[in-house]
Amino acid sequence: MIGVGKTKQYASVLDKPLSRGRQEVSLSAFAFLFSELVQYNQTQVDNIAELERRLEDAGYAVGARVLELLCHREKVADSLEKGTEHEDEYMISEKELLVNRFISVPKDMGAFNCGAFVAGIVKGVLDNSGFPAVVTAHFVPIEGQHRPRTTILIKFAEEVLHREARLG
Amino acid sequence: MPPLTPPKSGDALFASVDRVNAELFTLTYGAMVRQLLTDLEEVEEVNKQLDQMGYNIGTRLVDEFLAKSNVSRCVDFKETADVIAKLGFKMFLGVTANVTNWDAEGTSCSFVLEDNPLVDFVELPDTCQGLQYCNVLSGVIRGALEMVSMKTEVTWVRDMLRGDDAYEMRVKLIKQVPEEYPYKDDD
Repeated sequence: MIGVGKTKQYASVLDKPLSRGRQEVSLSAFAFLFSELVQYNQTQVDNIAELERRLEDAGYAVGARVLELLCHREKVADSLEKGTEHEDEYMISEKELLVNRFISVPKDMGAFNCGAFVAGIVKGVLDNSGFPAVVTAHFVPIEGQHRPRTTILIKFAEEVLHREARLG
Repeated sequence: MPPLTPPKSGDALFASVDRVNAELFTLTYGAMVRQLLTDLEEVEEVNKQLDQMGYNIGTRLVDEFLAKSNVSRCVDFKETADVIAKLGFKMFLGVTANVTNWDAEGTSCSFVLEDNPLVDFVELPDTCQGLQYCNVLSGVIRGALEMVSMKTEVTWVRDMLRGDDAYEMRVKLIKQVPEEYPYKDDD
């Protein structure tokens, strides 16, 4: 894209060729950045729900821009299950969600889950591709393991189910 | 004493760490900058906050860098700059920088980035022309160097988002802070 010492100028970001999308940065660079994102947002809120909502907002902005679950592009989630109790619920589960890998939640923050950010990404993707849904992140304890896994719960809007039923 | 292992090359170093998709990183950074702009309103405040966040990251990131890169103590600031450009940038962002424009005293130089993973998909709107979008990077350098006893000043001199032909940051060594021995255990 950019040659040594010589860089092409584009009139607008839209004129640039889209990058190949296979570049990587280190996981720790992302983890450091994400940690700052969480810490900053902590200073802007006074309860956990609000904090999760803000992280979800940030995630939504990301999701809306890629329409692809980037975290999972090269890796299938550990499991995708259809909710057993409700027709409209789907779950994506990860043993160790990327954003939770270096996170430990202090006791006084209760059930706060940084997965809210990923839930936001998923919601951003779904909303913008015509599948409005409520997406939330939850810790699910697994027997015999110290760390709970994270489940991203997707609950599609009624209209989506109606439409899918019509389309058969 | 652990056995001495030679420092890794930048490529080997980058290959040895866990990696994530760069677009996820880029977009997450973008989302954060957007939040800051919404919350803080003043572009100048956002610049400061980004610099502070970078500084926080730098102070923690240097440990990981030293632990994984096997670099030994640098003899002078020139070597330090080279290590940052060829190994530091590479290990975390997968890119390298060129070190140029040394002053006569060997205490200030420029890092010129050939590739900058922070700025894909970014264009500054008219209302944000004063935004130092990449300020987090200069903060990281300042924070990391401070942890290895070097007080520095890091400023952006060229920024492609603002119409320049490259990304260039100027690093100026203010002073070397002597290390204090013995360290206190409870620090």
